[in-house]
Amino acid sequence: MSKVLLVGVDCSSCSDRALAYATDRADASKAQLIVVHVIDWSPFSFNTPQENEERHKRREAELERARTEIIEPVVSELRAKSIFARGVIRHGHPAETLCAVAEEFGATNVIIGKTGSSRIRTQLFGSVANTLVQISKIPVTVVP
Amino acid sequence: MQKKIMGHRLALALMLLIVSLPTMADEGIDARINETIKPFADAVAGFIFFSFPVAGVQIPFVLVWLIFAATLFTFYFRFINFRAFRHGFELVRGDYNDPLAAGEVTHFQALATALSGTVGLGNIAGVAVAVSLGGPGATFWMILAGLLGMSSKFVECTLGVKYRNEYTDGTVSGGPMYYLSKGLAERSEKLKFLGKVLAVLFAIFCVGGSFGGGNMFQANQSFMQVVSVTGGESSWLADKGWLFGVVVAALVGLVVIGGIQGIARVTSKIVPLMAVIYVSAGLLIIFMNVSEVPAALSAIISGAFSAEGVAGGVVGVLFQGFKRAAFSNEAGIGSAAIAHSAVKTNRPVTEGFVALYEPFIDTVVVCTITALVIIITGTWNPSVDPSQGVALTSAAFESSISWFPWVLTVAVVLFAFSTMISWSYYGLKAWTYLFGESLITDAVYKLLFLFFIVVGSSMQLGSVIDFSDAMIFAMAFPNVLGVYFLLPVVKKELDEYWSDYKAGKLKKFGKAANRA
Repeated sequence: MSKVLLVGVDCSSCSDRALAYATDRADASKAQLIVVHVIDWSPFSFNTPQENEERHKRREAELERARTEIIEPVVSELRAKSIFARGVIRHGHPAETLCAVAEEFGATNVIIGKTGSSRIRTQLFGSVANTLVQISKIPVTVVP
Repeated sequence: MQKKIMGHRLALALMLLIVSLPTMADEGIDARINETIKPFADAVAGFIFFSFPVAGVQIPFVLVWLIFAATLFTFYFRFINFRAFRHGFELVRGDYNDPLAAGEVTHFQALATALSGTVGLGNIAGVAVAVSLGGPGATFWMILAGLLGMSSKFVECTLGVKYRNEYTDGTVSGGPMYYLSKGLAERSEKLKFLGKVLAVLFAIFCVGGSFGGGNMFQANQSFMQVVSVTGGESSWLADKGWLFGVVVAALVGLVVIGGIQGIARVTSKIVPLMAVIYVSAGLLIIFMNVSEVPAALSAIISGAFSAEGVAGGVVGVLFQGFKRAAFSNEAGIGSAAIAHSAVKTNRPVTEGFVALYEPFIDTVVVCTITALVIIITGTWNPSVDPSQGVALTSAAFESSISWFPWVLTVAVVLFAFSTMISWSYYGLKAWTYLFGESLITDAVYKLLFLFFIVVGSSMQLGSVIDFSDAMIFAMAFPNVLGVYFLLPVVKKELDEYWSDYKAGKLKKFGKAANRA
């Protein structure tokens, strides 16, 4: 069984650096690379009836957008570099969902970028990288 | 896109219309609106509340209808309201949420949405009315009605999900109109016509209810509270109900016509917070007067069975408690089934279990806290004018926390606003069921809805409450009647699910799977 690495991507430039790093690592160790995009979503939010009615439709649209604009371009680029890549899109809490996907695919390392937000912002709202480091059961690499 | 531009144009036209209202008559707009609507409102109320005397009290038939149904459902489903209470909590907590369905409407979200439509002025103003007219004992019957009402919601919401429409564009809509027409047609060919008739009747009453209890009552009571904190009789706003109505109508209009969902989204997030603040303040007052609690509880129990000085004695007390509970939690009315139908599940009965929490939170928890605060602080006394509604509750909180009326005002206005948004949705669903979906039918309904906000703020409480009650309670006739025919369907769903549940065949996910 080959090694599995996981990289979290969103659409900002910092995940480009994380992706570049992950690509190098996967290339060097002949690992499979799981490219994950998490759409921030909570099962405990409060919605209007209108939002609930359209939720299924919106979800499909969100998945479609993530697939065509984020995951597919990245995965096809990786495959062009002959890296065994696979894309995953999920809804959920970003850090928790990354952990769950890592476990699901038996990844040995999670690689993500960080948003580089100010200290006060992180204190107040937390950051995906911080939370991931706290809760992950496998090593996490945070790419600045 | 075209639709959106049209929406904006309509919104603009509407604003102009509303703003020009005051110039149409130079004085006494409130009085004029009141005079025009009152005879009609009174006539409707008189018809729906057809009543017969029991022990000297006029008992409206609709109340007997609701309580009988709730009791029957409770026995028919062998106390499902208690039996499934724990499992309902597991569902709300998300133990059975499939991670692959993340992003769909969860049980929690469906419940929260339905709750924001019911937790509102009924819990604040309605309880005050019940305690004023029926004494502390009314609380006992209110709690009992809340517990029984859980079974009604269970049945309604299971059916709501089972017979909802899932459209090709991915949207879902459900509610009594659909389970009455589709469900009864499925039972037998003979019932098909009856189902259709009941569905249409329900839709008509639902539109009326969305103008009454879901709108005018909310506008009226929030206006009263705003007037009372800004100086009561001497307030600059005191005789300007129409102005308050115009402002609220403009805000609601922005959401429902202008499509400014941002306002609705913000409200849907602040409202739960206000509910938490309200409940915490209530608990704090109860805690501050903890020595009074035993006396209050005994007043509730003894008042429930021996009512001195209450019109109609025990029957009168029972009537007040049941009436306000039914108005507050809407069990048997059918409205909640519309809100619950959007949930993502392939087992309709699960949403029924979740819906048990609606009357529980609404009536057994929130209404009881309001009642306790009113009784403990002694703000209640039989000579208080019952039409004061929310003002009585406000005074009760004020006696312990002097600045609380201001917080309460914000809460009342927000509750009213979110209830209006929810009811405008319920009403619109019923309206489009009747008249079909088109830009024009949509716009007509929404304009009428806004118009009634202004009317509600301008009318005196008595006729508003009677009309609101009448239209909301009228929905219970077609709804409950149809539900009786569909009980075997719910029973089958329940039995199948319950045996799977007991046999441990249902898959738990995530943290819950590790716990189990």
